Formats: sequence, structure tokens, C-alpha cells
Amino acid sequence: MGYFLFFLLAALTVGAVLGMIISKNQAYNAIFLILAFACMGGLFALLEAPFIAVVQIIIYAGAIMVLFIFVVMMINVRSGIPAEKKKWTIYLSLVIAVVLIIELILSIKGAFTLPVSTAIIKAGPTDLGRLLFTKYLYHFEITSILIIAALVGAIVLVKKKEKE
Amino acid sequence: MIPTNYFLILSVVLFVLGAIAFFVKRDLVTQFMSIEIMLNAANLAFITLARSANSADGQIIVFFIITVAAAEAAIGLAIILLIFRQKKTIKSEDIKLMKG
Repeated sequence: MGYFLFFLLAALTVGAVLGMIISKNQAYNAIFLILAFACMGGLFALLEAPFIAVVQIIIYAGAIMVLFIFVVMMINVRSGIPAEKKKWTIYLSLVIAVVLIIELILSIKGAFTLPVSTAIIKAGPTDLGRLLFTKYLYHFEITSILIIAALVGAIVLVKKKEKE
Repeated sequence: MIPTNYFLILSVVLFVLGAIAFFVKRDLVTQFMSIEIMLNAANLAFITLARSANSADGQIIVFFIITVAAAEAAIGLAIILLIFRQKKTIKSEDIKLMKG
């Protein structure tokens, strides 16, 4: 059952990302990405991280992608933007992809043989909250400052100048 | 229990697909989406290794990554909107003000 779910979700995620690469329409791209992020939330749930799975679906597939769709609607490019006409960028991206795959496989090779611990992970919302407010308290506060800075920055950037 | 390396390989595949999408696509919004894919691939690796190390710290880091990604999306989309308002284009090759 677990294997079936894993392969289903993995195939859906990779398929959605491939669809995003192939599709030319920005709105469809955003929808494909929502599918990919929702499936990734399922993968997180398979990895015994229920809280992160829910956060992934609510914040990523919900809030962030709605932001993207909002911007796509505001920009409203009628005819989709065709893929790169210059062939060399595609070849260059393939070369980069191969190099990246080799490099990443080499770097995570040591983690392949890690055993999966059978102990129950204490990672429910209660445990994460306790950790967040004790060990990671400073990080949490710094993140809140970052969020405020991003909020103010976005408003200041997009605000139209008033005519004098 | 699904082995760790399945998830790690899926994470590598997603990261590379995100990188390819970044280079192949030409509009800024979609390129921004591919950055989000790469961030998510990193999240998947973090949660996988958190399970195999039997600790919740990896999940906390993913929590922070998601928060920072939200902030980054807000700022990045604001900048894209500003570029569109001034130049009437969102093709990345049209933005070449600093090209020598």
C-alpha cells in the first residue's frame, strides 16, 4: 500500500512538472504546479510528517500559488510565450542537468544506505511547536522580522506614485 | 516502510527538472515557479533525512524554508509586476538594461 501510494504520488509530481515544462500557457503552468505541490504534500504525509504535509498544502498549494495565479491574471499575456527558439540554450540546459544529476547523486550516495529507524518519530504538531519555541526561538523571531520586511517591501515596490 | 533512497532520488529528479525548466522557459513568472520546484525538492530531501535520523529538526527547517519561500514569492512577484508595468514585457531576454 505504501509503495503504491509512493509511486502514484511520485509519478503525478514528476508528470505535473514535466507538463509545466511543456505547456506554454502561464495559467496552466500554475495549475500543474498546484498539482505537483499537492502530491508532494501527500509524500510528506507518507514520510510521517503530518504537520508539514498540511502546511505544504495550505501555504504552498493554497496561498503561494493563488498569489501566482493572481499575478498571471494581472499580467494577462494573450498568446503564450513560445519556448526558447535558440537551440543552444536547450542543449546547455541538458548539459547542466547531466552534470547536476551526477553531482547530486555523488553527494547523497552516502545517505542511500541509511537505515530507516523504526522508532516512532515525535513530530506531531505539539512536538514541533515545542521545538519551535525553545530550541529555534531566535530563528522563529528572525523569520517574523523577515516576513514583515517582505510585506512592507512588496507594498512599497508596487504602490503607484501619487501625482503631485 | 519505503526506503530512504527512493525519496532521495525523487528529490534529485525534481531538483534537476526545476533547473531545466528555469533554463528552458522564457517568461519570468514560470521561471519563478521553477525556483519553487527546486525549493520543494530540497524540502523533500530534508524530510526524508529527518525520518531516517529520527529527529524533528529537519521538519522545523522545512517549516522555515516554506516561510521564507512565501516571503520570497511576495517580493519576487512584486518585482515582476513592476517590470511588466514599466517595460510591458515579462520575457526574460527583453530585460537587458545592464547588458554591455
